[in-house]
This record gives sequence, structure tokens and C-alpha cells, in this order.
Amino acid sequence: MIEISHVNKWYSPTFQVLTDCTTSVTKGEVVVVCGPSGSGKSTLIKCVNALEPFQSGDISVDGTKVNDPKTNLPKLRSRVGMVFQHFELFPHLKIIDNLCLAQQKVLGRSSDQAVAKGMQLLERVGLKEQAQKFPAQLSGGQQQRVAIARALAMDPIVMLFDEPTSALDPEMVSEVLDVMVDLAHEGMTMMVVTHEMGFARKVANRVIFMDRGEIVEDAPKEDFFGQPRSDRAQKFLSKILSH
Amino acid sequence: MFSNFDFGVIIRALPYLFYEGMTFTLLLTGLAALGGLVFGTAIALMRLSGYKILGRIAGVYVDFMRSLPLVLVIFWFYFLVPYIGQWVTGASRPISVGAFASSLITFIMFEAAYFSEIMRAGIQSISRGQPAAANALGLTYAQTMRYVVLPQAFRNMLPVLITQTIVLFQDTSLVYVLSITDFLGAASKVAQRDGRLVEMYLFAAIVYFTISCIASFGVRRLQARIAIIR
Repeated sequence: MIEISHVNKWYSPTFQVLTDCTTSVTKGEVVVVCGPSGSGKSTLIKCVNALEPFQSGDISVDGTKVNDPKTNLPKLRSRVGMVFQHFELFPHLKIIDNLCLAQQKVLGRSSDQAVAKGMQLLERVGLKEQAQKFPAQLSGGQQQRVAIARALAMDPIVMLFDEPTSALDPEMVSEVLDVMVDLAHEGMTMMVVTHEMGFARKVANRVIFMDRGEIVEDAPKEDFFGQPRSDRAQKFLSKILSH
Repeated sequence: MFSNFDFGVIIRALPYLFYEGMTFTLLLTGLAALGGLVFGTAIALMRLSGYKILGRIAGVYVDFMRSLPLVLVIFWFYFLVPYIGQWVTGASRPISVGAFASSLITFIMFEAAYFSEIMRAGIQSISRGQPAAANALGLTYAQTMRYVVLPQAFRNMLPVLITQTIVLFQDTSLVYVLSITDFLGAASKVAQRDGRLVEMYLFAAIVYFTISCIASFGVRRLQARIAIIR
């Protein structure tokens, strides 16, 4: 589904953010990307739907090359759902309109179709009653659930999550993770940048550990948590699992 | 102290002042603000676009317009455009451009420079995550601007935009250099015809002051309301 091969990205010759990153996500797979801050994990996931450009290497999603200038990026992105750390709901639009905008403007659905789909997804994330409110009237956890629903409204073939719970108060993390776990169990292909190791243990198929722009470890979940091969991954795990 | 003054002259001149003068002033203000906003937004988008050349062109335009006194631009434009028109179309005589059209175009060009800076600040006030989220949903650049970025930028900047329009409302009085009958022009004509300079200019000042004051008060109310919504 997602093929990342030998991706390099730099801002200047001396400032390399991604170094020779190669990995893949197959259909139905849930891959968790973790690593210390500044390790390039967010950058890597943003390269997948070309929100960040990269200088060399190839990324393809469902057979379409992301870095090909001929690729219709809006069309490709409409099939790749993305959830951001800071939700990024559109504050001037009501919740339901947040869900409908791209359905109507990108997929060309009618207003009725879009609203029906939107309400169905709001119900699924438990926020049907909030449809007529504005984003600022919702809690962080609710906003992130809306953001997930907004991405799902496009019927994506894969979902990217960029630290979806990092900006949340602790008591709201689980309501978002619950939605994500359900999604994973339904067979959605997911690439998730997160520090939530509980989530990784529960639903991930594979864990990728990144440090200083490199993929240091790319292993099945059992291997990663059982016996990480690299020192850096061991150190990282011991730091975040000690509490 | 007012014993020598004849305020009746104002009342007799009211229909002329408002039907002719104020109508022109408000029409010019409204159309110039609208045109300035449209072109100003376009210039702001040029400056913020990734294309260096577009940005430079817009930047030079804005700096150029802001470095000239408005009165000069009005004056020059009125006298130059007929010749430029002649040169462009190859006509044998200078092309006649009406005073209204000439002043309207001047004000739109001039205000576009100011509105563009306001819109630029407004667009930059939107966090980068917003266009990223819109792009991630598959919206094109134009759709992202139209449905996500500009509505928010416009809303954030509305008080400043209206304040600039109040300034524009006052600035339209500068068309007197073209002997156009705007509100001040009308007052001035009556004043000189009847020899009642003090009364008419006093009245004109009161009218400009009142309208601007009410509009400013409206802006403050609006600001308070927007602050609650956000």
C-alpha cells in the first residue's frame, strides 16, 4: 500500500532530516512509528502524502508515485486520510461542515450525501450531538475524534496519524485511542506516529523506531518489545516505559 | 459669536450636498473598498506565493504606491491616463476618461496596496496547519484559499479592513483636485457661491466626523463580538 524507498530529505547540505529511509506498509497493516523528538518521524509521515517534499528516493501510495511531478496530488491526498497533532479543524465552520467541505468540493458529493455520511461518522465517534457546534466549543479529545471522522468521510484507503494524542490532556487520550483501536480492528491500513506504546502493543503489526532521521529498527511488534536489536531503541524504550 | 453666520444656507443646500455630494462620496468609497479588497487580496496572494517573480512584482507595486502621496497619484493619473490610453490604442487624440472612472481606478489601485498588506497579515495569522489539513483532504490550492484560509483571514482582519475603509472615506475628499462634486466638493461650491465658507466647511467637518465616529464605534462593537466567537 505504501512503499517508501531510500528517501532522503535535507534543508541544507549540513542539515539532513531523513537519511535513506526505506520501509513499507501493506494493506490492512498497522505500523507504529516511534522515536525521540526531532528524529524525523513526523517528517517521514508527511512525506507520504507529499505535505513535505523530499530530495531523493521514492514513495508510492497504492501504486501512485508521490514524488512524480505528473501525479495529481489533490486526488491522491483525497484517498489518504491524515490526522494531525493539533487537530486542525476549520474553526470558522461548524463540525458537520468540517466533515462535508472536502466531500462536496473534492469528491463532488451532494450536500445530502455528505451530511448523511458526516452524521454517520459523527455517530461512530460518539459526537452526533455536537454536529451544529463550532470546533472551539469542543474539548481537545472531541476535536481530535471529529478530525478522525473528517478524514474517514473521504473513504480513505489508508490513514496517517501524526502524534494524534500528543496535544491532549491525559484524560482525553483514551477516547481518541479507542476510536483508533476500533479502526485498526476493522482492518484499516494505518501508519501512526505516536509515543503511546500501549496502543502499539495492542494493535500494531510492526513498529518502526527512528532516530536522527534514520530508520534504526523496523520489526514485528513482538520482536520490538521483546528484544530490540539496537542500543538506541533499547534506551528509548527504557526511558518511556520506566514510568 | 455666531450672530454674523447664516446657518440657513446649510439647510437650503442640503439636497444638493447629500443627493449629489454624499452619494458620490459613498459610491466612490464603497466601490474603491470593494475593488481594493479584491485586488489587494490578489496582490497579497502573489506576495505569499512561492513564485519569487510574482512576489517581487507585488512587492514593488505595494512599495511604489505607499511611497507616493495620494493627492499626487490622483492628479497624475487623471492627466496621464488619457495619454497612456492614446499610446496603447494608437488613437490620434488622448482618450477621454471621465473624472469618476479616473478617480475610482486611482483609489482602487491605491487602496489595493494598503488592503494587500492587511490581507497579507491576515493570511499569515492563519497557522500553517490549516492549509496543510485542507491539502491533506484533497483540496487544491485555490479551494484551500477560498474555503479555508481567506474566510478566516478576512474574519480576523475585518476590524482593520473597516478602519482602513473609514480612512478611505475621508481620503475620497481629495478628489477635489479634479473639481469633482463629492460631498466636500459640493460644500465647497456652495460655500464659495454664497460666500459662507465658515458655515459650510464647519458643517462638512461635522458630517465627516459624525459618520466616521459612528463607523468606528461599529468597529469596536464588532471587535467585541468577534472576540467572543473565537
